[in-house]
Amino acid sequence: MIVLEDVERDFVVGDETVHALDQVSIAFEAGDYVSVMGPSGSGKSTLLNVLGLLDRPNSGSYRLFDQETRELGEEQRAALRRRHIGFVFQAFHLVSRLTAADNIGLPMMLAGIEPRARHQRVTEVLAALGLTDRAQHRPDQLSGGQRQRVAIGRAIVMRPSLLLADEPTGNLDQHAGGEVVELIERLNNDGITLIVVTHDKEVGRRARRHVRMVDGRIDRDTLHAHD
Amino acid sequence: MRTTDLLLFSGQSLAGARKRTLLMLLAMSIGVASVVLLTALGEGARRYVADQFASLGTHLLIMMPGRSETTGGAPPLFGETPRDLTLDDALALLRARSITRVAPLVVGNAPVSYGNREREVTVIGATQAYFPMRHLSTASGRALPDIDPARAANVAVLGAGLRKALFGGHRAIGQWVRVDDRRFRVIGVIGKGGQSFGQNLDDMIVIPVAAAQELFDTTSLFRVLIEARSEHHVERAKAAARTLIQQRHDGEDDVTIISQDALLQTFDDILRTMTYAVGGIAAISLGVAGILIMNVMLVAVSQRVAEIGLMKALGTPARQVLRIFLVEAMLLAAAGAGIGVLVGSGGILAMQQLLPEFPVAAPLWAVPASVVVAVLTGLLFGTLPARRAALLDPVQALSGR
Ligand SMILES: Nc1ncnc2c1ncn2[C@@H]1O[C@H](COP(=O)(O)OP(=O)(O)O)[C@@H](O)[C@H]1O
Ligand SMILES: [Mg+2]
Repeated sequence: MIVLEDVERDFVVGDETVHALDQVSIAFEAGDYVSVMGPSGSGKSTLLNVLGLLDRPNSGSYRLFDQETRELGEEQRAALRRRHIGFVFQAFHLVSRLTAADNIGLPMMLAGIEPRARHQRVTEVLAALGLTDRAQHRPDQLSGGQRQRVAIGRAIVMRPSLLLADEPTGNLDQHAGGEVVELIERLNNDGITLIVVTHDKEVGRRARRHVRMVDGRIDRDTLHAHD
Repeated sequence: MRTTDLLLFSGQSLAGARKRTLLMLLAMSIGVASVVLLTALGEGARRYVADQFASLGTHLLIMMPGRSETTGGAPPLFGETPRDLTLDDALALLRARSITRVAPLVVGNAPVSYGNREREVTVIGATQAYFPMRHLSTASGRALPDIDPARAANVAVLGAGLRKALFGGHRAIGQWVRVDDRRFRVIGVIGKGGQSFGQNLDDMIVIPVAAAQELFDTTSLFRVLIEARSEHHVERAKAAARTLIQQRHDGEDDVTIISQDALLQTFDDILRTMTYAVGGIAAISLGVAGILIMNVMLVAVSQRVAEIGLMKALGTPARQVLRIFLVEAMLLAAAGAGIGVLVGSGGILAMQQLLPEFPVAAPLWAVPASVVVAVLTGLLFGTLPARRAALLDPVQALSGR
């Protein structure tokens, strides 16, 4: 489903070139549950941005859903993001003036989906997140864990097949972080492909596949059976 | 994105930044209100002048010696002096069927005295017809008698101001005043507030035209007022007068005849131009408001970088981000324009209360024009910030780099 071959992403800072992704080749299957770990600056976020079509590799090939993304224009990349990819960020990135329900419905609104269908789907998502009674609260009236759950709701409201989470528990305490991980694992059980970048060993260990990055390269890539 | 959602979303983000929004609304509404108010004042002035002309009657012609190329223009002040316009010329005009009355005029300045009081005033040599033609009425006594215009009778009608200056509380009728070295018996006083286009009739004295010619030692006339039979006869009267004078002046067409209409048209043109000019100057404040909108929208874009990055991550194409910010700028401009129209209309109502005799009213084009200009300003000055938002790189925007 996802195939990267010799993907290179360089950043030029001053007269130095940083190889944020250094000839990365890796493939992911539909329904995978992958954790990406590694030291800070090793290229984890860059990998996620490339996978999510937010960033373009300097060279190499990236096939998503059997489609070479190199040739796609910005509009087409945006359309793919809109329909198939959900993002969860460490900093939540909720829109502070909108309620929880409106934040969750935002992708649908931007996509021009009619209000009735929107309302129905948002109600469904709120219930699944256990946030029904927080629907009309604004982000500043919610706890960190609740905010991240709203952000996850926003990420899945369009029913994407790929969920990319960059340090989703980074701003949360242990308990709230645990709840968030359980939530995204449930989504993975329902079939979504889940790739989580994390610093937290506990969180990373729960994935079925562990990818470790060092200096822009895949250092280790192991499968783990859970019982 | 659906239009209602777009408007709602933009409205919410404007409401979210209240201080910024109020500031821009204020700037925009001041611009629009000043366009509406200033053009209303200009239009009021135009209507005021038109009303004044209408009250004088529209079938009056003014003949003066000398040929001026443009009708309605000022009479030639310099240049070769043409043949004089004489009393006989003026009286000959009455032969035209389209002309009902003429008033030959001689105008000059002279000292007028009674006892030891003296005033330097405008002396108007005229005939009886002058009074009804200029809508002048006497407060006491009577107007000039209907005598042979060639007779230099020693009678005078005083302006109210002159009467007061010379006689104070005493009775003027029947007294003799001295004009230069001649004596005239006062037979009437003109009602107060007599006003005829910049010419204050308060401080003047009217004497028979022949007497004025003797006084100023001239056979020439300053002006001849001509009254056409009706409004429809104005053009015919003008042509007839010209032909008659030409015949009498050996075929030389050497007089200028202007109609009230032409004068009115000139005033109308001037005041209309002034209204446009004033409206244009006020529109500059709309431009200032536009620049303010641009700056504040730029600040808004930089404060909402993360939100823009998020929209892009959610798959919003660049042109839609552009549209969202443009709609915000236009909403602001339109709302500001709406408030401005209300404030301007309120100001017009207030002026109408304060100055009931001055017909203040915004010209029909002012309101739609200022609203359209305001919205276009929003569009124009909103484009730069919106483009900046649309071109943001989502990764950078989300990382806050
Ligand atoms: N926009 C950028 N400009 C310059 N250097 C960047 C940029 N983004 C990432 N990098 C560099 O690329 C490397 C990988 O960054 P990143 O993928 O964010 O690492 P990680 O998420 O693993 O901490 C780092 O050295 C970082 O400094
Ligand atoms: Mg990172």
